[in-house]
Amino acid sequence: MSIVVLRGGMLSVLQDRGRKGYQKVGMLVNGAMDEEALRLGNILTGNEQQEAGLEITMLGPVLKFSQETLIALTGADMDPRIDGRAVPMWRPVLVRAGAVLRFGHSLSGCRSYLCVSGGYDVPSVMGSKSTYLQAHIGGYQGRALVQGDVLSLGRMSDQGRRIVKTLHDTGGIQTSDWYVEAAHRLYDEVAAPVRLTAGLQYSCFTEDSLQRLVSEPFRITVHSDRMGYRLEGCQLRLKKPLEMISEAAVQGTIQVPADGNPIILMADRQSTAGYPKIGQVIMADMSRLAQYRPGDWVRFAAVTIAQAEALFLEREQYIRNIAVSVQYRLA
Amino acid sequence: MNETDFAIESMGEAAVAVSFGHVISPDIHQKVRLLGAYLDRHPFAGFTEVILSYTAVTVIYDPYAVHLACGQNVPPVQFVKDTLFQALAAAHTDVLPPPAVVTIPVCYGGEYGPDLALVSQQHDMAPEEVIEIHSSGEYLVYMIGFCPGFPYLGGLDERIATPRRRSPRLEIPARSVGIAGMQTGVYPLATPGGWQLIGRAAVDLFTPEHTEAPTLLHAGDIVRFTPISPEEYAAIRGIQP
Repeated sequence: MSIVVLRGGMLSVLQDRGRKGYQKVGMLVNGAMDEEALRLGNILTGNEQQEAGLEITMLGPVLKFSQETLIALTGADMDPRIDGRAVPMWRPVLVRAGAVLRFGHSLSGCRSYLCVSGGYDVPSVMGSKSTYLQAHIGGYQGRALVQGDVLSLGRMSDQGRRIVKTLHDTGGIQTSDWYVEAAHRLYDEVAAPVRLTAGLQYSCFTEDSLQRLVSEPFRITVHSDRMGYRLEGCQLRLKKPLEMISEAAVQGTIQVPADGNPIILMADRQSTAGYPKIGQVIMADMSRLAQYRPGDWVRFAAVTIAQAEALFLEREQYIRNIAVSVQYRLA
Repeated sequence: MNETDFAIESMGEAAVAVSFGHVISPDIHQKVRLLGAYLDRHPFAGFTEVILSYTAVTVIYDPYAVHLACGQNVPPVQFVKDTLFQALAAAHTDVLPPPAVVTIPVCYGGEYGPDLALVSQQHDMAPEEVIEIHSSGEYLVYMIGFCPGFPYLGGLDERIATPRRRSPRLEIPARSVGIAGMQTGVYPLATPGGWQLIGRAAVDLFTPEHTEAPTLLHAGDIVRFTPISPEEYAAIRGIQP
């Protein structure tokens, strides 16, 4: 079982839910930028939710399947096609041997996920298959896919086989008549504000800056990547210079260097950082944020920790409910 | 620890920072390590991991897993903060094991330390003197960060403190030993950087294939540098001198 890479695309990398437990020795977490999309893709293909998927950024690869494979495409809609036919997203699809999967440009969002039943058969490094690009570790040989790569796949699980039995031919594609409503939930609200809680140095910023943070739009610059989203808009200012000692940063930390332009720390962030932290994007909005593209405008809205917590639990329950309802479909 | 000794603050809904002050000091560092070690030994339900820094322990957790463990009536953040209060009280009486002393063989100067001559000129010393001062120091690993296994070391002798290079190098080879202001350190990975490079370590600081102990150094270790010749360096690395 394998996938032959005919074209690598802009940045196609294997990512799972991240490398956990090693931040105290300076290791990066890495992992899928849109974790929600990855987890749902795994549920749809009968995998464990932490299995690695192929994260496809902006401009997709061309992939040839050596054998019949159960797949699911989630995340950004990049106009996926097999032999010219549109592949439906957010549902299981059985791809025949020899089929070639192509992507166009992203129609909405920034990152698409290709999950395959049985997962990608690459070695786990420090407990994770995620690619750590800067150190050339994990994933497929520690790097993004290029033409000529051959991705070995794992064996389909029993759950995957049960899913295959429910599929039927729909316009030349073997797929299900059920699907996840996630597209609506995740991306219909792209213009809705990204919610944040106060950062550790929140009160060190001027009243004016704190006001502007939640009232003015910020543009995601082209210097944004898996490490961080660099924003520009109004400059955020401290009341007075702050002597900072390096301290921990976490996913979604918004730090502000001296130039006043905020940076949101994403999946490939370092474990420590030295700039003042004005805010913290809530976890429930990180997946949606990961779908913003360079050039997009983002707005922020402040919420309390209690609200952020409620939204976290709600999102987790939503994903678990989908896992349960897939199980129900198979019963 | 009494109440004025620490502050517990949320960093979003999935992390809490316990900070012990605002200065770099061995005392605060001890408190950071005590709590970090305690939490590693006694992880609470939903605990993911800790990040140790100069003055704080940042605890990362999964609010859903905490919620499942503590029930409907207690907000996860409250449960975590209460648990950390108890952990602080319990950790206070713990005794840390003596620090690991890690000796790192370094080939100073030559092709491995291209800035050694410049550093010695700046301080009006012979290169041997810089090597002597650097390798007779004992350095405390305050924290690991920036990249896997990179130590933030305290204890550089101010006689050899040297400002960063005016323009950073695009790539510093892995294991380079450098000085930047009052800091000294070793780069585990090849990265861009502006440090003055005085030598190269013969041992790896980051070995991801060793899942149990992927880094040579940990917060709290004591580091010593031992000068070695290019021949010894070659023998350790298994290369032609």
